[in-house]
Amino acid sequence: MATYDFLFDALGLRAWCDSGKSADGPVSMADLLAKTGKTTETTIWDLPFPSLDSLNDACGAIAQSRDLTKGVGDGFLAIKGVLRFVLDPLTQPLSWILDGTLSAFEAAPWWIMFPVLMVVVFVASKSLRLVGFVTACLALLAFIDHYDHAMQTLAIIFVCAFLCVLLGVPIGIAMSRNDRLQRVTIPILDMLQTLPPFVYLIPLIFLFSVTEPKLYGIAIILYAIVPVVRLTDLGIRLVDKDVIEAADSFGMTDSQKLFGVQIPLALPNIMAGVNQTIMMSLAMVVIASLVSAPGLGVLVLRGIRNLELGVGLVSGLGIVLLAIILDRVTKAALDRVNAAQKQ
Amino acid sequence: MSKKIKISISKLYKIFGQDPKAALEHVLAGTGKSELLAKHEHVLGLQDINVDMQEGEITVIMGLSGSGKSTLIRHLNRLIEPTSGKVEVDGRDVLGYNEEELRNLRRETMSMVFQKFALLPHRTVAENAGTTLKVRGVPRATYLAEAAKWLERVGLKGFGNHYPHQLSGGMQQRVGIARALTSNAPIMLMDEAFSALDPLIRTDMQDLLLELQAELHKTIVFITHDLDEALKLADHLVILKDGYVVQQGEPQDILLNPNDPYIEDFVSDINRARVLRVRSIMTPLQDGQVPADAHGEVDFDDTLESMIAKSGGDTSHSYVVTRDGQAVGTLEMTHLVKALVPRAASEAGARKY
Ligand SMILES: Nc1ncnc2c1ncn2[C@@H]1O[C@H](COP(=O)(O)OP(=O)(O)O)[C@@H](O)[C@H]1O
Ligand SMILES: [Mg+2]
Repeated sequence: MATYDFLFDALGLRAWCDSGKSADGPVSMADLLAKTGKTTETTIWDLPFPSLDSLNDACGAIAQSRDLTKGVGDGFLAIKGVLRFVLDPLTQPLSWILDGTLSAFEAAPWWIMFPVLMVVVFVASKSLRLVGFVTACLALLAFIDHYDHAMQTLAIIFVCAFLCVLLGVPIGIAMSRNDRLQRVTIPILDMLQTLPPFVYLIPLIFLFSVTEPKLYGIAIILYAIVPVVRLTDLGIRLVDKDVIEAADSFGMTDSQKLFGVQIPLALPNIMAGVNQTIMMSLAMVVIASLVSAPGLGVLVLRGIRNLELGVGLVSGLGIVLLAIILDRVTKAALDRVNAAQKQ
Repeated sequence: MSKKIKISISKLYKIFGQDPKAALEHVLAGTGKSELLAKHEHVLGLQDINVDMQEGEITVIMGLSGSGKSTLIRHLNRLIEPTSGKVEVDGRDVLGYNEEELRNLRRETMSMVFQKFALLPHRTVAENAGTTLKVRGVPRATYLAEAAKWLERVGLKGFGNHYPHQLSGGMQQRVGIARALTSNAPIMLMDEAFSALDPLIRTDMQDLLLELQAELHKTIVFITHDLDEALKLADHLVILKDGYVVQQGEPQDILLNPNDPYIEDFVSDINRARVLRVRSIMTPLQDGQVPADAHGEVDFDDTLESMIAKSGGDTSHSYVVTRDGQAVGTLEMTHLVKALVPRAASEAGARKY
């Protein structure tokens, strides 16, 4: 006899319970134990929490927990078709861009990539020392034959961070201008930021095929877009009220104000957001190797799967080097913006 | 001199809060500022403001912090919308303007100078000064040339390629003034424009403003909490307290005939010799008779301070007052000495000690 029988008896629901009892429902561990015939004396210490499973024992009409998980799974699979139908074409360009960029980075010989990256670093930071440092790091990676993997990782980060900025900045601007939108968006951002990255991958795997680049592309973008959205919103809201008032008093239109005052003055915050977005893309691209993202993460994964300690550690070092490069370069660009806006 | 009213404010009320219209009923029924806040949780910003500002004059609005000065000046270009009342510029009601007309008003008729300068930190000094033309779509070369002209005029020649943070406070506010002048607007609104500056710099800036005004004859609305500054600049002085006008008129007149203890408090600390002018205390000539025993001639607009220096402190002297070479009155030094002592303050002082 189950613990909570009395409850349903008292409520007069016994008939309803028995009518709902299905013999072919999934069997729970407790049922199996009960079948062994070992009926134990129940004391107050054994009182189970009135969970779905223990209520099901007393009343067959109540679902078991595994019905719930099954239901959620089935529900997701049921809408999967529709979601896919909508999302697949919508996100297809992401696959193309990722494929294209990856093959471009792979196809370009090192003696072209190196100068190109050096120029990019110089334009962003205006610092020859940093250019030297970055070149040394890349040379080290190339020297230990991790160049190809590093370039794949860079290519993915390049695409995803770029798209994060492209989507995130306008979202942040819209949030800063509309309090209601901000109230709706912030919980979503909180959720995206607190969900462990692994959790994103689960629905995505069912939605798209694992071999498609957009699968990890979406995972990275969802994870890394949060800081740039947040800091754009914050940055624009923090723009000096006096300057905004001055802009109004000179008869600026909304767009003159946005592009001439608000975005430039929010730029230090936006750049800080871009820096974080890039760092988070790097973190996610490593995890995304689980779903076939190429790059250094694949080597780390090999290290874990095959217990190849050396492979794992060396590629980990490569990731650290990439992280330092990306952080330094974006911070240097941020410092330049800050210096120009000192008040 | 035929005067023209450039800006006319009438029956202006501003109430901050959830339901200003309802609160306005209470105010019209006689509820005061503190009562309105305590009972109805609305802030009475301005009540029944009626001010006419003459073309080509400096109208100074003075009052303690929180008296509603900034609120009032922001009604002129509608940075703040009134609860009720009328604001006319050149005879047209600004409150009826649509968005387009309002933008044109702000671009072409009024320009503003701010207490905290409010320059764009990411733009050079020249670009900042040119902003007011840039917003109108004027080509870059044109607005930079115009900006350079006004920067030179305010004493910032050669600083065009600096950034605001490289300049001192006084220089930054010169940029603010150049920016307002570049717009070529006939009206200039200045909200405590010099309050953030050191005293010496502030004096320089006041001199600069008067110098510019002598040449440009703008209609200037100047806000300050400093009576010395108000008296130095004002053609017309409006004194605000708790959102209403306590007294307005010619500054000399207010100084000599304050009509409220609040103003008496204000004026009791002032250096009257430096502020009062001969014209305010002279005796007008009766039937064109110039007294024979005068010690000399003084100008209508001389300050009492210069008179004291001239007479060497001798109170027995008397002078003929002239205006444009014509004798218009006489001045007894004994009269002058009496005028130096504020009436109310001397009574209060006598009571205190
Ligand atoms: N947006 C607002 N909401 C509520 N009260 C306000 C607002 N703006 C100004 N006030 C109030 O109106 C009064 C006048 O303010 P203000 O015009 O800034 O004074 P001043 O410039 O003379 O120091 C003050 O009591 C202030 O608290
Ligand atoms: Mg103020």
